[in-house]
Amino acid sequence: MKFPLSWLKYHLETEATLDEIAEAMTMAGLEIEHIDNPLERFAKFSVCHVTEAVPHPDADKLRVCTVETVDGTKQIVCGAPNARTGMYAIYAPLGAYIPGLDFSLDKKPRKIRGVESQGMMCSAKELELGEDHDGIIDLPEPFDVGTPAVVALGQADPVLDFEVTPNRPDWLSVRGIARDLAATGIGTLKTHEIEDIPGSYPCPVEIKLDAADICPVYAGRVIRGVRNGESPDWLKKALKAIGQRPINFLADITNMISYDRCRPLHVYDLAKLDGPIRARRGKGEADRFEALDNKDYVPGEDMCVIADDTHCLGFGGIIGGAYSGVSSETTDVFIESAWFDPLITRATARATGIDSDAKYRFERGVDPASPKAGIEQATELVLKYCGGEASETLVVGETPAAPADIEFPISEVKRLTGLDLPRAEIIRILETLGFAPKGEGDVLMVGVPSWRMDCSQKADLVEEVARIHGFDKLDAVSLPRPPVRREAPATVMQLRARHARRALAGRGYSEAVTWSFCQSGQAKLFGGHGDGLELENPISSELDVMRPTALVHLLTALQSNADKGQDDPRLFEVGPIYLDDTPKGQRLVATGVRRVEAGRHWAGTRQPDIFDAKADAMAALAAAGGPVDSLQVAADARDWWHPGRSGVMRLGPKNVMAEFGEIHPAVLKALDIDGRVLAFEVVLDTIPKPKKASGLKARAQLDRADLTPVRRDYAFLVDKAVTADTLVRAARGADKQMISDVCVFDVYDGKGVPEGQVSLAIEVTLQPRDKTLTEKEIEVIGQSIIDKVEKATGASLRG
Amino acid sequence: MTDISNLDTLEAEVRSQIDGATDEAGLDAVRVAALGKKGSVSLMMRELGKMSPEERQVMGPALNGLKTRLNEAIEARKSDLEAAALNAALASETVDVTLPVRPGPTGSLHPITQVMEELAVIFADMGFAVAEGPDVEDDFHNFTALNFPEGHPARDTQDTFFMKPDADGMRKVLRTHTSPVQIRTMLEGKTPIRIIAPGRVYRCDWDQTHTPMFHQVEGLVIDKETHMGHLKGTLMDFIAAFFETDQVEAQFRPHHFPFTEPSAEMDVRYERVGDAVKVGSGDKWMEILGCGMVHPNVIRNCGLDPDEYQGFAFGMGVDRLAMLKYGAPDLRDFFNSDVRWMAHYGFSPLLQANLATGLS
Repeated sequence: MKFPLSWLKYHLETEATLDEIAEAMTMAGLEIEHIDNPLERFAKFSVCHVTEAVPHPDADKLRVCTVETVDGTKQIVCGAPNARTGMYAIYAPLGAYIPGLDFSLDKKPRKIRGVESQGMMCSAKELELGEDHDGIIDLPEPFDVGTPAVVALGQADPVLDFEVTPNRPDWLSVRGIARDLAATGIGTLKTHEIEDIPGSYPCPVEIKLDAADICPVYAGRVIRGVRNGESPDWLKKALKAIGQRPINFLADITNMISYDRCRPLHVYDLAKLDGPIRARRGKGEADRFEALDNKDYVPGEDMCVIADDTHCLGFGGIIGGAYSGVSSETTDVFIESAWFDPLITRATARATGIDSDAKYRFERGVDPASPKAGIEQATELVLKYCGGEASETLVVGETPAAPADIEFPISEVKRLTGLDLPRAEIIRILETLGFAPKGEGDVLMVGVPSWRMDCSQKADLVEEVARIHGFDKLDAVSLPRPPVRREAPATVMQLRARHARRALAGRGYSEAVTWSFCQSGQAKLFGGHGDGLELENPISSELDVMRPTALVHLLTALQSNADKGQDDPRLFEVGPIYLDDTPKGQRLVATGVRRVEAGRHWAGTRQPDIFDAKADAMAALAAAGGPVDSLQVAADARDWWHPGRSGVMRLGPKNVMAEFGEIHPAVLKALDIDGRVLAFEVVLDTIPKPKKASGLKARAQLDRADLTPVRRDYAFLVDKAVTADTLVRAARGADKQMISDVCVFDVYDGKGVPEGQVSLAIEVTLQPRDKTLTEKEIEVIGQSIIDKVEKATGASLRG
Repeated sequence: MTDISNLDTLEAEVRSQIDGATDEAGLDAVRVAALGKKGSVSLMMRELGKMSPEERQVMGPALNGLKTRLNEAIEARKSDLEAAALNAALASETVDVTLPVRPGPTGSLHPITQVMEELAVIFADMGFAVAEGPDVEDDFHNFTALNFPEGHPARDTQDTFFMKPDADGMRKVLRTHTSPVQIRTMLEGKTPIRIIAPGRVYRCDWDQTHTPMFHQVEGLVIDKETHMGHLKGTLMDFIAAFFETDQVEAQFRPHHFPFTEPSAEMDVRYERVGDAVKVGSGDKWMEILGCGMVHPNVIRNCGLDPDEYQGFAFGMGVDRLAMLKYGAPDLRDFFNSDVRWMAHYGFSPLLQANLATGLS
């Protein structure tokens, strides 16, 4: 909301400077967004007096002027046809930036056709202070040399722009701003009572409120014999200052009153009206009308229109129709000052896409008690400037109930803010804001002004008191620490994420944070987006569904990094994926990607493979507290993984904790990614909850065998379909007491191994506990291992 | 017959053989020849039994002395030979130590998660736990319970992303702020409450300082005595801890949020230093967060009595805090996954923000 300072001062008696007013507004919650102060913006330009203007010796169209300026006497060469001896003009010193020409004058005097020029005299257009560029500004009366140009031109009024929060429609009126400022103590609110203007005949237009729920009260009156025309200068200037284009007087006063009192009005050409004026719900196609924005609208049942017997005349409180609008030829008018329901106003505006000052006010809540005053204010101005004869004012319907009184224990101020304010100060603040506090004791009954529909309870009054008293006067009190030391506040999931992130960063991955949404086509490559997760209003078609995996972004990021010459980036993200639109459908997943990129090094390099991805997945899982020792690994990862080089880690038959391996080449192709890519996804939610610690953090006693472990190697020939994991588990199961470790140290399927088989060599570690094992005992265990493995896998010991 | 003078000759002879040995095998041969079972010295010692007691008294110690000396000489020579052999071997084992090491990629943590951990530490010290909630929210948690009335213009300020409506016409939203976590926490009903809730939030906006997804941290205190002065104190303590300075100057300005009453915005005094800011000095104010006393309607919507319970809430942008503290100029870079940016603005996984060793 913009307003010129002079308009504010029409309502506020104050000696405060512009800066003080701006500061007071900010500290009362009217957040200044911009101040345009012409005195600052045009500080370089000032009044000068041309004491002599003679023709240039070498140019017909130029004059050489002797000018008294703020900088002393100057010689200025001027090309304006109106430059003459004795005129008062506007002087720009050397070096000044001329806004209308978008350049700066030279800092040193320049010779124009051999004659030195020590400055410039400007036209209105060159200063962007008007349209005139036929000649330089020729002030109609003498001013002191050095008077600021904007003062001489009457354009020194600063304009303040501030943010109106949606709870305060009364700040959409200059008077409302003045009222709050008066409460801060920076000035006093002038009275400006609006007086009733008596009419000389009954209002000839009948008003019918067919939908009292959406338009409960309506004031109207006719003025006959008006001469509509251009508005007076003060009104045009005021409207221009707030960015409005003056149209004609009748239109201009409705705009002015809208900003002055937050009281939107509408003026109809009486000659176009046929029968009673009705405020009612729309009737669809039958109500089709062309509005003042030259667009056609079809008002629905859930919209409020103003209509007569033959025409729909506009959307109530939003925009009028072109048909009944006033023009310079209009002589008889009907003025409307009504109250429209905020919700219906907002819904109608949203459905039709119309934005207007009236709509902006009604959807936030115009003072329901204001229709009569609005029409009287308009009448006074119309009669004064356009003449005419007014009818009586007709007010139909019932003013919506004013906000209820609030029972207000003054102790609430201290309870909620810590401010210890005297009762009298609390009452003073409320009264200057227009509230009516009553009562003698510690509990006031506070009447709420009709324009403050945002105030309905005690806390609202506390805010008013604290805001006007000043938040800067609140004592900053550190929050007392909780009396007892609590458990560390981080949740299990937070710790999982934290540890997984560190594990992966420690393994050379860089943490990325990527969009939670992705492109539906790309989501399809990974099984598609979940139910209910398509955006209705995506920011772009590239981000139109919630991602089913973070892989989509990390994979494309690998390529974009490669495109910039970063060949071997390793990226991970610990972030959400979305399976459905419920809170449970959101999972926390550690996802990582890297290219199959060996790099080059003088000491030789190794190409990373699926087992690097597997190791990374296990590291993340282990760091997050996952049961890496009891995982089952199988080769049935989903479709977007390479069918032969990928795997799944499960706990039990169903709980999938991770997938890892190479991404399917077809998926990479669809995403335009070169080369091969290794990846993994670890779903942190799937990790079983740790058992609640019993209180003590003491570890179980260390079980550490004293005897030297014994190691034995066995090589088996086994069918290729048998997994190494099956074989290792079988070997381990041979003697759970004694066997402390089984590791695969060789996998071979070349010469000497029958077709369809593979040689798997394992090293078994036996850990004796009570006594050293004899060769015989070792042999018995060894045989048991061989038997178990053969039985479980069909393998045979390789001879 | 053996006599002392023969021993001297023998000693000299063996010593010269020891000195002449060039490797361990040669030295061992010398040892066997002199001190082995049939070695020259051993044979002479065997003769001792045949001697008269007088002779034995002289020759016994002489032979034992000889044996000891020769053993020592052999050990000394052996040790010399080993040292020489090692030196010779080492002399051939040189490398160019300036060659580069095998590359080990350095991972990093994102500034957003770093800042979130800093927030958790600072607020944990003030007794706050960290709470979380879902990104895909319903209207109740994101708006209605937070006192955004249906159809109120305040909803327009949120630039909300909506999901397509389901069969019943219900449409979920992407949470526009972390405030729904307040509601979820209060609805659990356990008071007193002190939480922060960091997380992803979404608004339909995209330019240099706005991205459609960003991060906020919410703070909520509900008890029976916390007032707005505590809010101011808590936030000033936070700013001091986060920006690691004792000079915090803050300005509270009234504002409006549907879910707080009274509501305020906090500005801090600052000056720009490159792309980062220095808090506490300079002549500019920077808006840094929104806050207020939890609106009685919100308290009521969560089943608590606002005459009994009160408290404050605040919310601020995590990404913005990261930009201000660590001087990353463009918000969009936070989500671009450019490894050069990550290497430059990221953090070591060895760093664990804490109050004993520092936040970063």
